[in-house]
Amino acid sequence: MRASEQGWPLWEVFVRADRGLNHVHAGSVHAVDAETALQAARDVYTRRAEGVSIWVVRSTEIVASDPDRRDDWFGDLKPYRHPTFYEIPDAIGHM
Amino acid sequence: MTVTDETTEAALQERFDATLADGRKIEPRDWMPEPYRQTMIRQIAQHAHSEVIGQQPEGNWITRAPTLARKAVLVAKVQDEAGHGLYLYSACETLGISRDELNRRLHEGRQKYSSIFNYPTLTWADVGAIGWLVDGAAITNQVMLTRTSYGPYARAMIRICKEESFHQRQGFEIMHTLATGTDEQRAMAQDALDRWWWPSISMFGPPDAESVHTEQSVAWGIKLETNDQLRQKFVDQTVPQADYLGLRIPDPDLRWNEERGHYDFGAIDWDDFWKVVRGDGPCNRERLEHKRATWEAGAWVREAALAHAAKKSGRDTTTEEAR
Ligand SMILES: [Fe+2]
Ligand SMILES: [Fe+2]
Repeated sequence: MRASEQGWPLWEVFVRADRGLNHVHAGSVHAVDAETALQAARDVYTRRAEGVSIWVVRSTEIVASDPDRRDDWFGDLKPYRHPTFYEIPDAIGHM
Repeated sequence: MTVTDETTEAALQERFDATLADGRKIEPRDWMPEPYRQTMIRQIAQHAHSEVIGQQPEGNWITRAPTLARKAVLVAKVQDEAGHGLYLYSACETLGISRDELNRRLHEGRQKYSSIFNYPTLTWADVGAIGWLVDGAAITNQVMLTRTSYGPYARAMIRICKEESFHQRQGFEIMHTLATGTDEQRAMAQDALDRWWWPSISMFGPPDAESVHTEQSVAWGIKLETNDQLRQKFVDQTVPQADYLGLRIPDPDLRWNEERGHYDFGAIDWDDFWKVVRGDGPCNRERLEHKRATWEAGAWVREAALAHAAKKSGRDTTTEEAR
């Protein structure tokens, strides 16, 4: 295998569209290091100035919960945590 | 994770089906049936390869664009197509296939790209016709795909569709300028329309009755409209635009059908379509050879970047990655 075929590492790209908003996942790029990953991310995902800031994270560094065990993680609904669980008389107005 | 237990597999399949039935997206780490994964890889890869190869016919005119403004627009458009290819490779990799493998399959002719890019761009009007018709047809398909069932593909499509409308408009504007210009310019525009019309409406693929993938793709929520439905939509949108330009669509059977509320159009020459798909179009060999040549010519850049990164980090990532 040629050296160039070993594949550049994969980086996940997050773009903040504007001040005050979250960085949102946009996709991924391949790059040999953090600096060139940032440059590639800018060229690929923000050709129309879609962002004010970019994060790149090595894909292998992301730890994710297992979607097949969603119920273990998120199945505990606890409806009483939502305001609509409680009945408030109309007479007292908005609460 | 290996699933050997049949009941578990059945339960997973049931949940997959229920997700689709609810109109929700399948995400990368969800269980999915192997044929769904392979279909998705094939379709997204083919789409990505099309964006990348699609740079060639238009790139052919960058150095000869008639004005600096047209040149700047064309560069921006071709650059977008490169970006579209990259969004789609990124989406495809979430299915567990590597970028190198995708490149290899393209270079070895084991994965296809859209046949439309196997036609030559003979005049500047072809750049107009491609933006207007080829991007127009692609948009019709891609708007549908923003609602496709695989999450990363759908999200890439939303990003792409936002960028596509400029592609079609700049093409239409080129056609309009030529169509309202000198007799020679008008003839050039008409000639481009004559050559690109049939390949453009063939882009939606074979008729529903003969399409091997359509039924399964609809069942999996990958396609939400059939080839024939999309083709009809595109024809209905485009005929009035050609009328506005004062250009004639090269189809003697084209006429408005009051009863159907759609345009009727003539039969597509599917023999020619399949000939180009099989590799015997005017530019098939040239497109793939050029792609392979640029990949080879760029090898030293990829190697140098790896070597530089290894040196900077003070360790040999080359051997580490190779393991
Ligand atoms: Fe595109
Ligand atoms: Fe485009």
